[in-house]
Amino acid sequence: MTASDYDSVRPPEPAGRRRRGGKGGRGPRPDGARPGGGDGAREAAMVPDAEFTSYYGRPVVKPVPWGPGIAAYLFLGGVAGGSAVLGAGAQLSGQLILRRNCRLAALGAVSIGAVALVEDLGRPERFVNMLRVIKLTSPMSLGSWILTAFSGGAAVAGAAEADRITGQRLPLGPLRRVLRAVEGPAGLEAAAFGPLLAVYTAVLLADTSTPTWNHAHDELPFVFVSSASLASAGLAMVTTPVAEAAPARRLAVLGVVGDLVATQVMHRRMDPVVAETLHDARPGTMLRLSEALAVAGGIGTLLGGRRRGIAAASGLALLAASALTRFGIFEAGIRSAKDPRYTIEPQKRRLAARRAAGVTDDSITTGG
Amino acid sequence: MPQLAGPTDPAADARWPDVKPRKGFFTDTSICIGCKACEVACKEWNHNPRDGDLDLLGSSYDNTGALGASTWRHVAFIEQKRDRIEQAQQTGRALVNLGMPGLGPPVPAARSSAESMAAESMPPSIPTSTPVETTPPDTDEFRWLMSSDVCKHCTHAGCLDVCPTGALFRTEFGTVVVQADVCNGCGTCVAGCPFGVIERRTDGTAAPKTKRGERKGEQPEVPNLGVAQKCTLCYDRLIDDETPACAKTCPTTSIKFGDHTDMVTQAKDRVAELHAQGRTEARLYGANELDGVGGTGSVFLLLDEPEVYGLPPDPRVPTADLPRMFRQAGLAAAGMATAAALAFLGGRR
Repeated sequence: MTASDYDSVRPPEPAGRRRRGGKGGRGPRPDGARPGGGDGAREAAMVPDAEFTSYYGRPVVKPVPWGPGIAAYLFLGGVAGGSAVLGAGAQLSGQLILRRNCRLAALGAVSIGAVALVEDLGRPERFVNMLRVIKLTSPMSLGSWILTAFSGGAAVAGAAEADRITGQRLPLGPLRRVLRAVEGPAGLEAAAFGPLLAVYTAVLLADTSTPTWNHAHDELPFVFVSSASLASAGLAMVTTPVAEAAPARRLAVLGVVGDLVATQVMHRRMDPVVAETLHDARPGTMLRLSEALAVAGGIGTLLGGRRRGIAAASGLALLAASALTRFGIFEAGIRSAKDPRYTIEPQKRRLAARRAAGVTDDSITTGG
Repeated sequence: MPQLAGPTDPAADARWPDVKPRKGFFTDTSICIGCKACEVACKEWNHNPRDGDLDLLGSSYDNTGALGASTWRHVAFIEQKRDRIEQAQQTGRALVNLGMPGLGPPVPAARSSAESMAAESMPPSIPTSTPVETTPPDTDEFRWLMSSDVCKHCTHAGCLDVCPTGALFRTEFGTVVVQADVCNGCGTCVAGCPFGVIERRTDGTAAPKTKRGERKGEQPEVPNLGVAQKCTLCYDRLIDDETPACAKTCPTTSIKFGDHTDMVTQAKDRVAELHAQGRTEARLYGANELDGVGGTGSVFLLLDEPEVYGLPPDPRVPTADLPRMFRQAGLAAAGMATAAALAFLGGRR
């Protein structure tokens, strides 16, 4: 308590905001922001300011040491998976230009994505250790196998298209006949792994102690497949003449609808304190922009998708929307791990809720 | 697939043919003096390089900061005033009143400050017939909390579950160890750990230092760069029937080492003893096999809420929810395939 003459003219402290002084082990929030979006960018969240103690404001869980390459891979893996699915559809329905463009897109995206993945490893020269074991409890292990299986099919199908574009100038020799024979099955094989490639990254993020990702574990798979669908369809709309791009337009619209719904559900169901990381600061801006671009791209596709210029512009908007979704969720997770508040508050709340419900035997802290 | 949650013997669950008794620590923070000998012994035995630039963190006597790739023991230091002490006693008493498993009779109320004042004002040289006064000679006005944190060696270890290479493995002693020559530094385990223990080792060159005193003294080359590193519970020493370096060096026996069952028994006896002395703020952390990680191999006796020490109040191994995540992912992937099929079934226009 201070004893200043001016205390009497101070405005009263808002209820529930008062914090007792002299508490050891409680640090200021690292970003200096008040809870509830005190940066002025958003209205304050309507959640009571829970009692929050931490060890000098230091993180409880460690942020994952992943760079932007991993966020880029989340996006590119989605584009690759979706493109392979579109390519297989075009293969079955005999739309050759769409097939070619989607197969090449799948190969290109998965190649760049894989390089980004390997480059982010602490020991890139040991990347092949990913294939030492098949481990069902490790989404990264399963994902490595999915990526490998997908890349095989995508590489064969893509090589066949590249050979056709270059007028059979690839030095294939007698292998050309083999390539022609297996490109169809390879395209279908890649498509079979395409949705898995698009979705496993959601489980990879959710199966961590990073608060934002873990709290979204029910909805993140739906957000990611929707984002992958609209991005790959958007890319096909950019590369393919409108006459052959009708399936891509439909997939784009379905993807936008799925993305908007899944994202809304994710925001609503998430712990209100953790959800701050999706609303505030840079990730919040990215996710809002992503939503706007997805809506714009979807409307453009619906209304002007049969005009080449509008289709291409809508496709670009959808690609950007998907990239922003992935980078936004990626950065929100890192941010949630760096602030102990997002680990401690939801945990205290769920512990208190279980105790209130009469479950008192599963706490890590015991009286004896 | 191994068991994902709930009580189990981790070494047997990992299908070791010759399961040894599970080993673990019991860190009794009520007798820790914050000397950091454990930090030093750990660094020395495990050849762990220096963390950071010998900077003072400016928050307390703890200038180590946190557990990390090169810091496998970390002594937390907290100074508290009276209101926090009273609050800790209340939260501790609430835990006892919850009727947690394995609890004794209700504890007596906290000793009054008048009593303790009387005990302290008594000249120590006068021999008395009553038993030696064992209550700590603190004041009720403030206290120092010191606690040596370490890897929890969880029954269900988040880091181990998500490791894609098999570099992390469960030893025959039920502990969790990284094989540095297998790890490719993917970093998934760092996010998997609910306690923020494991970390990928860097040499600190990612962010060039421009501050004064840039390299304080010659440093040996950093081993195991770019791979995940954490406490091994001195696996090499365990194999030779030796005590881990930190427990061996601890001058107050705050860090105890032994069979996990013995450690839990000792912890429960000790917390009962402290409660009998009226120190209701004492509580155990990690001694309950029904918790979110199936119980920890390293058990702690704390004198305040876990988050005060930087520990999570209700950790849950993320892999416990993995079947549910796989189900959601399967639904989502099927939805994507269906959407694509619908897109093509709609025709070419």
